[in-house]
Amino acid sequence: MLSTVAAISLFLMAGSIVICTVRALIGPSAPDRIVALDTIGIILIGFIAILMIVQDTIAYAEVALVIAILAFIGSVAIAKFVEGGIVLDRDRH
Amino acid sequence: MKNTPIQLHVVTRIVAFIILIFSIFLFFAGHNNPGGGFIGGLMTASALVLLYLSFDLKTIKRVLPFDYAYVIGAGLLLATLTGVAGMFFGFPYLTQFFEYFQLPILGETELTTALPFDLGIYLVVVGFTLLVILTVAEDDS
Repeated sequence: MLSTVAAISLFLMAGSIVICTVRALIGPSAPDRIVALDTIGIILIGFIAILMIVQDTIAYAEVALVIAILAFIGSVAIAKFVEGGIVLDRDRH
Repeated sequence: MKNTPIQLHVVTRIVAFIILIFSIFLFFAGHNNPGGGFIGGLMTASALVLLYLSFDLKTIKRVLPFDYAYVIGAGLLLATLTGVAGMFFGFPYLTQFFEYFQLPILGETELTTALPFDLGIYLVVVGFTLLVILTVAEDDS
Protein backbone atom coordinates (compact mmCIF):
# COMPACT_ATOMS: atom_id res chain seq x y z
CA MET A 1 0.00 0.00 0.00
CA LEU A 2 2.62 2.52 1.09
CA SER A 3 4.92 1.58 -1.78
CA THR A 4 2.06 2.13 -4.28
CA VAL A 5 1.33 5.56 -2.82
CA ALA A 6 5.03 6.40 -2.86
CA ALA A 7 5.37 5.32 -6.49
CA ILE A 8 2.38 7.43 -7.53
CA SER A 9 3.78 10.44 -5.62
CA LEU A 10 7.17 10.03 -7.25
CA PHE A 11 5.54 9.98 -10.71
CA LEU A 12 3.50 13.09 -9.93
CA MET A 13 6.55 14.92 -8.58
CA ALA A 14 8.60 13.98 -11.64
CA GLY A 15 5.80 15.38 -13.83
CA SER A 16 5.75 18.56 -11.72
CA ILE A 17 9.49 19.01 -12.17
CA VAL A 18 9.07 18.66 -15.95
CA ILE A 19 6.28 21.26 -15.96
CA CYS A 20 8.36 23.62 -13.82
CA THR A 21 11.32 23.16 -16.15
CA VAL A 22 9.14 24.15 -19.11
CA ARG A 23 8.00 27.25 -17.20
CA ALA A 24 11.61 28.10 -16.31
CA LEU A 25 12.62 27.79 -19.97
CA ILE A 26 9.78 29.66 -21.69
CA GLY A 27 8.82 31.91 -18.76
CA PRO A 28 7.93 35.29 -20.23
CA SER A 29 9.30 37.30 -17.31
CA ALA A 30 12.14 36.81 -14.85
CA PRO A 31 9.91 36.37 -11.75
CA ASP A 32 8.22 33.41 -13.49
CA ARG A 33 11.61 31.76 -13.87
CA ILE A 34 12.57 32.49 -10.26
CA VAL A 35 9.39 30.94 -8.89
CA ALA A 36 9.76 27.94 -11.22
CA LEU A 37 13.34 27.28 -10.11
CA ASP A 38 12.43 27.68 -6.43
CA THR A 39 9.54 25.26 -6.90
CA ILE A 40 11.87 22.73 -8.55
CA GLY A 41 14.08 22.89 -5.44
CA ILE A 42 11.14 22.35 -3.10
CA ILE A 43 9.79 19.45 -5.18
CA LEU A 44 13.26 17.87 -5.13
CA ILE A 45 13.24 17.98 -1.33
CA GLY A 46 9.91 16.13 -1.25
CA PHE A 47 11.23 13.70 -3.88
CA ILE A 48 14.23 12.87 -1.71
CA ALA A 49 12.02 12.48 1.37
CA ILE A 50 9.76 9.95 -0.40
CA LEU A 51 12.84 8.18 -1.76
CA MET A 52 14.07 7.84 1.83
CA ILE A 53 10.72 6.28 2.80
CA VAL A 54 10.86 3.85 -0.15
CA GLN A 55 14.40 2.75 0.56
CA ASP A 56 13.87 2.80 4.35
CA THR A 57 17.00 4.82 5.09
CA ILE A 58 17.98 8.21 6.49
CA ALA A 59 21.14 8.47 4.44
CA TYR A 60 19.81 11.29 2.23
CA ALA A 61 18.72 13.62 5.05
CA GLU A 62 21.75 15.86 4.54
CA VAL A 63 21.05 16.01 0.82
CA ALA A 64 17.57 17.42 1.44
CA LEU A 65 19.00 20.04 3.82
CA VAL A 66 21.74 21.07 1.41
CA ILE A 67 19.27 21.41 -1.49
CA ALA A 68 16.96 23.48 0.72
CA ILE A 69 19.78 25.85 1.70
CA LEU A 70 21.09 26.22 -1.84
CA ALA A 71 17.59 26.81 -3.26
CA PHE A 72 16.93 29.48 -0.62
CA ILE A 73 20.18 31.34 -1.24
CA GLY A 74 19.76 31.07 -5.00
CA SER A 75 16.25 32.47 -4.82
CA VAL A 76 17.40 35.36 -2.63
CA ALA A 77 20.25 36.16 -5.01
CA ILE A 78 18.10 36.09 -8.16
CA ALA A 79 15.34 38.08 -6.45
CA LYS A 80 17.87 40.75 -5.48
CA PHE A 81 19.19 40.82 -9.02
CA VAL A 82 15.69 41.31 -10.43
CA GLU A 83 14.87 44.02 -7.91
CA GLY A 84 17.93 46.21 -8.28
CA GLY A 85 20.14 44.73 -10.98
CA ILE A 86 22.99 44.33 -8.46
CA VAL A 87 23.52 41.28 -6.30
CA LEU A 88 26.19 42.28 -3.76
CA ASP A 89 25.98 45.98 -3.06
CA ARG A 90 29.10 47.68 -1.81
CA ASP A 91 27.81 50.31 0.58
CA ARG A 92 24.13 50.63 1.25
CA HIS A 93 24.16 53.65 3.56
CA MET B 1 19.47 55.57 2.17
CA LYS B 2 17.90 53.11 -0.21
CA ASN B 3 15.04 50.83 0.73
CA THR B 4 16.36 48.33 3.25
CA PRO B 5 15.08 44.74 2.88
CA ILE B 6 14.02 44.42 6.50
CA GLN B 7 12.51 40.92 6.16
CA LEU B 8 15.75 39.69 4.57
CA HIS B 9 17.80 41.14 7.43
CA VAL B 10 15.62 39.50 10.08
CA VAL B 11 15.62 36.12 8.34
CA THR B 12 19.37 36.26 7.63
CA ARG B 13 20.25 36.86 11.28
CA ILE B 14 18.60 33.53 12.19
CA VAL B 15 19.19 31.41 9.09
CA ALA B 16 22.89 32.23 8.72
CA PHE B 17 23.61 30.73 12.13
CA ILE B 18 21.49 27.65 11.38
CA ILE B 19 23.52 27.10 8.20
CA LEU B 20 26.79 27.63 10.11
CA ILE B 21 25.78 25.01 12.72
CA PHE B 22 24.78 22.62 9.91
CA SER B 23 28.17 23.16 8.25
CA ILE B 24 29.96 22.31 11.50
CA PHE B 25 27.83 19.16 11.79
CA LEU B 26 28.72 18.20 8.20
CA PHE B 27 32.41 18.86 8.90
CA PHE B 28 32.49 16.48 11.87
CA ALA B 29 30.20 13.91 10.21
CA GLY B 30 32.79 13.34 7.55
CA HIS B 31 35.24 10.50 7.04
CA ASN B 32 32.78 7.71 7.91
CA ASN B 33 29.46 9.28 6.83
CA PRO B 34 28.50 11.80 4.12
CA GLY B 35 30.18 15.07 4.98
CA GLY B 36 33.71 16.25 5.50
CA GLY B 37 35.79 19.33 4.90
CA PHE B 38 34.72 20.07 1.35
CA ILE B 39 30.95 20.12 1.77
CA GLY B 40 31.28 21.70 5.23
CA GLY B 41 33.35 24.48 3.69
CA LEU B 42 30.82 24.98 0.93
CA MET B 43 28.01 25.30 3.48
CA THR B 44 30.01 27.83 5.52
CA ALA B 45 30.71 29.75 2.34
CA SER B 46 26.99 29.78 1.47
CA ALA B 47 26.14 31.10 4.95
CA LEU B 48 28.67 33.90 4.50
CA VAL B 49 27.37 34.58 0.97
CA LEU B 50 23.90 34.93 2.48
CA LEU B 51 25.34 37.53 4.88
CA TYR B 52 26.98 39.37 1.99
CA LEU B 53 23.68 39.24 0.04
CA SER B 54 21.62 40.58 2.91
CA PHE B 55 24.00 43.24 4.18
CA ASP B 56 26.54 45.13 2.13
CA LEU B 57 30.21 44.39 1.51
CA LYS B 58 31.47 47.21 3.77
CA THR B 59 29.54 46.03 6.84
CA ILE B 60 30.60 42.40 6.51
CA LYS B 61 34.18 43.44 5.85
CA ARG B 62 34.10 45.17 9.24
CA VAL B 63 32.62 42.06 10.90
CA LEU B 64 34.89 39.52 9.16
CA PRO B 65 38.22 41.28 8.58
CA PHE B 66 39.85 38.33 6.78
CA ASP B 67 41.81 38.42 3.57
CA TYR B 68 40.55 35.23 1.97
CA ALA B 69 43.78 34.71 0.02
CA TYR B 70 45.55 34.20 3.38
CA VAL B 71 42.78 31.79 4.44
CA ILE B 72 43.55 29.64 1.37
CA GLY B 73 47.25 29.75 2.24
CA ALA B 74 46.66 28.79 5.88
CA GLY B 75 44.46 25.86 4.84
CA LEU B 76 47.00 24.54 2.34
CA LEU B 77 49.78 24.88 4.91
CA LEU B 78 47.77 23.00 7.55
CA ALA B 79 46.85 20.17 5.15
CA THR B 80 50.43 19.81 3.93
CA LEU B 81 51.94 19.88 7.44
CA THR B 82 49.49 17.17 8.54
CA GLY B 83 50.76 14.98 5.73
CA VAL B 84 54.39 15.76 6.51
CA ALA B 85 53.96 15.01 10.25
CA GLY B 86 53.74 11.27 9.61
CA MET B 87 57.03 11.32 7.71
CA PHE B 88 58.98 12.20 10.90
CA PHE B 89 58.01 8.78 12.30
CA GLY B 90 59.08 6.91 9.19
CA PHE B 91 55.65 6.47 7.58
CA PRO B 92 54.80 7.48 3.99
CA TYR B 93 53.41 10.93 3.23
CA LEU B 94 49.75 11.42 4.29
CA THR B 95 49.59 8.22 6.35
CA GLN B 96 46.68 8.56 8.75
CA PHE B 97 46.39 7.33 12.33
CA PHE B 98 43.33 7.00 14.51
CA GLU B 99 42.64 6.11 18.11
CA TYR B 100 39.56 5.93 20.33
CA PHE B 101 39.51 8.19 23.37
CA GLN B 102 37.12 8.75 26.27
CA LEU B 103 36.19 12.43 26.14
CA PRO B 104 34.25 14.16 28.95
CA ILE B 105 30.94 14.95 27.23
CA LEU B 106 31.13 13.09 23.94
CA GLY B 107 31.90 9.65 25.39
CA GLU B 108 34.02 7.35 23.26
CA THR B 109 35.23 9.38 20.32
CA GLU B 110 37.40 8.54 17.36
CA LEU B 111 40.19 11.08 16.90
CA THR B 112 42.08 10.85 13.63
CA THR B 113 44.88 12.80 12.03
CA ALA B 114 42.50 13.19 9.08
CA LEU B 115 40.68 15.87 11.10
CA PRO B 116 43.35 18.61 10.81
CA PHE B 117 43.77 17.65 7.16
CA ASP B 118 40.02 18.09 6.70
CA LEU B 119 40.24 21.44 8.51
CA GLY B 120 42.83 22.51 5.95
CA ILE B 121 40.50 21.51 3.10
CA TYR B 122 37.67 23.38 4.86
CA LEU B 123 39.72 26.59 5.03
CA VAL B 124 40.81 26.26 1.39
CA VAL B 125 37.23 25.76 0.18
CA VAL B 126 35.82 28.65 2.25
CA GLY B 127 38.60 30.99 1.17
CA PHE B 128 38.47 30.03 -2.50
CA THR B 129 34.68 30.28 -2.84
CA LEU B 130 34.41 33.66 -1.12
CA LEU B 131 37.48 35.03 -2.90
CA VAL B 132 36.00 34.15 -6.31
CA ILE B 133 32.54 35.52 -5.48
CA LEU B 134 33.83 38.75 -3.95
CA THR B 135 36.33 39.34 -6.75
CA VAL B 136 33.55 38.98 -9.32
CA ALA B 137 31.27 41.25 -7.27
CA GLU B 138 33.87 43.99 -6.83
CA ASP B 139 34.81 44.05 -10.50
CA ASP B 140 33.87 47.45 -11.91
CA SER B 141 34.38 47.06 -15.63
